[in-house]
Amino acid sequence: MKHTISVLVENKFGVLARIAGLFSGRGYNIDSLSVAETMDPSVSQMTIVAQGEDRIIEQITKQLNKLVDVIKVQDYAGEEYIERELVLVKTHTTSETRAEVMQIVGIFRGKIVDVDRASVTVELTGTEDKIDALLNLLKPFGIRELVRTGKIAIAR
Amino acid sequence: MKGCEIVVEALLREKVEVMFGYPGGMIMDVFDVLYGSPIRFILTRHEQGAAHAADGYARATGRVGVCIATSGPGATNLVTGLATAYMDSVPVVAITGQVPTPMIGNDAFQEADIVGITRPITKHNFLVSTVEELPRILREAFHIASTGRPGPVLIDLPKDIQKAETDARMPEKVEIRGYKPTYAGHPQQVRRAGAEIARAKRPVIYAGGGVISSGAERELKALAVKAGIPVTTTLLGLGAFPETHALSLGMLGMHGTVYANYAMMESDLIVAVGARFDDRVTGKLAAFAPNARIIHIDIDPASVQKNVKVHIPIIGDVRNVLGQLNEIARKGDTGEWLKRVAAWKREHPLAYSRKDGLKPQFVIETMRELTKGEAIVATDVGQHQMWAAQYCRPVRPRTFLTSGGLGTMGYGFPAALGAQAAFPDRLVVVISGDGSFQMNIQELATAVENDLPVKVLVLNNGYLGMVRQWQQLFYKGRYASTCLARDARCPTICDGKAKKCPPYVPDFLKVAEAYGAAGIRVEREREVAPALREAFRIRKPVVAEFIVAREENVFPMVPAGAAMQEMIKGIDLA
Repeated sequence: MKHTISVLVENKFGVLARIAGLFSGRGYNIDSLSVAETMDPSVSQMTIVAQGEDRIIEQITKQLNKLVDVIKVQDYAGEEYIERELVLVKTHTTSETRAEVMQIVGIFRGKIVDVDRASVTVELTGTEDKIDALLNLLKPFGIRELVRTGKIAIAR
Repeated sequence: MKGCEIVVEALLREKVEVMFGYPGGMIMDVFDVLYGSPIRFILTRHEQGAAHAADGYARATGRVGVCIATSGPGATNLVTGLATAYMDSVPVVAITGQVPTPMIGNDAFQEADIVGITRPITKHNFLVSTVEELPRILREAFHIASTGRPGPVLIDLPKDIQKAETDARMPEKVEIRGYKPTYAGHPQQVRRAGAEIARAKRPVIYAGGGVISSGAERELKALAVKAGIPVTTTLLGLGAFPETHALSLGMLGMHGTVYANYAMMESDLIVAVGARFDDRVTGKLAAFAPNARIIHIDIDPASVQKNVKVHIPIIGDVRNVLGQLNEIARKGDTGEWLKRVAAWKREHPLAYSRKDGLKPQFVIETMRELTKGEAIVATDVGQHQMWAAQYCRPVRPRTFLTSGGLGTMGYGFPAALGAQAAFPDRLVVVISGDGSFQMNIQELATAVENDLPVKVLVLNNGYLGMVRQWQQLFYKGRYASTCLARDARCPTICDGKAKKCPPYVPDFLKVAEAYGAAGIRVEREREVAPALREAFRIRKPVVAEFIVAREENVFPMVPAGAAMQEMIKGIDLA
């Protein structure tokens, strides 16, 4: 099962390496990770998505908590929370297909942020499922390039 | 004050009386201040020796051990020692020099990213980036190393910061928002544990190194006696419960006693205290103690529910929690159980045959008799370590120093030097093998020069014995690279014609003599006691070499990956 884990850490250099090293050293996989400063510039917020049995996830949260630079760890599994991800996707288009692509993007309330003769670049935020659904629909047109941020989450 | 002066001031403030290390270009400023300071400085002959000595000092005293080295190779040479201390939760502070801040990342001479290298083998580490934060970092380093589950902390100190001036003062209080260990056990969990203990018919206490770290030996004994529970200890827990006590089962696990392993497997309640269900203890997890409920007391939440399912976890300092538990613990109905355990002890004692040459177990037993368990014993790693664990039978904590988690050959001798530096008047004995001893044999110079009269008992069987034992049992007797007498003229695969074996290298007596230590060689049983007495009498370091039966094996043995009751019990004395 996928778990979304929120981690508050000291905003110091080397902290990201500690977290990444913990995952690699103990053989845990990170699906995605996003980091940025919080309102308090001395604290950074990480959102980590990881997979594993409950026992593994319990170890991950405990091992994270053990790090001196980690202030707080919260596993959102079983909690009410809002999650978002952002994607930028450059889709191949022709004069015939452009309208259809724009229509699909419209349904998803995405934005066209760039356009040229042979492609459009779409920006979409939403849950992982929503982004996957858009990408599925765009795939037949030919996806040239794709960048996803990884998930961020906030408790309700 | 300059950075280098702040370092020494902090060490004095932490009441550091002795430290171990090796100088070099990027740490010279700190050494310059140490020169003439009240701190006793012991120059080892290799930085690894310094790290192990700091570790041995810490294990023997319970205080933080300190080691220091220069950048690059000096720092990387500490790595094995830090990993050893990390695996066994030993409080050590290591200070390393680093190239000046502007040069970091430029592949400067003797530059290594030691903070990156030691990240997974330290409890925490610091790269000091401004002199202003140095006093706080020094304070935090000692705090982190010695509190919670202890462990090594490394401070990497660039040369320009050692030279920089600051007005920053040492903070009075340490306040780290991400580091707040839990010390008191949750009262409700303690009550539940108390009820389980009262209900149990076949309980056993499984005590680890955490009992010694937290100084809980009295509380442990009180619980065992009050509730009528037999006690087995891990390798690191040796000394946490006196092995002379009727309730003691000695060590459990791969080379543990038959009765300790039987007791674990048959128990209906395991009270794990400051232990972590290591694979060398549990054997095959799926078959481990199938009928037991488990209470697990530990200060590290990550140790709980890691390997086995625990029914009652209690996070807290072992000493506090046992104190809380003792207030409510009652004796359960364990009479029958204690009789069964006593019968196992009678039926399956530790045993070895004294036929066919001098036996290493005999040497250790004789040492134990002569010292009455009063000596501080440090071991290296291998067969001799397991025999020491079986036959030393320590009665006090902090008298058996051994590398359990990492299993570091070369640990014992420098660790003993650290212990001897802490206790100049006590007898410190190293039990080593001819393989392990050569991994840090250069520290003989340190021992002689610093008047650290440790007694090194080298059990010489001419093999890397533990690996040879595995080769004999699991690799069809193919002794690949474990014979220390082997030379270039030997056939590719040994044909076992012992008559033509090359002479053993080195001559340990000559090595001892070359360094100015005393050397004794013993080949027969009757010489053992007189030789040991002589070694203990001499006021200088002694290397006592015992030429022991070459292919003696450590038994009992639970093969790796087997269930605990699948023991090879070893010899039948009848």
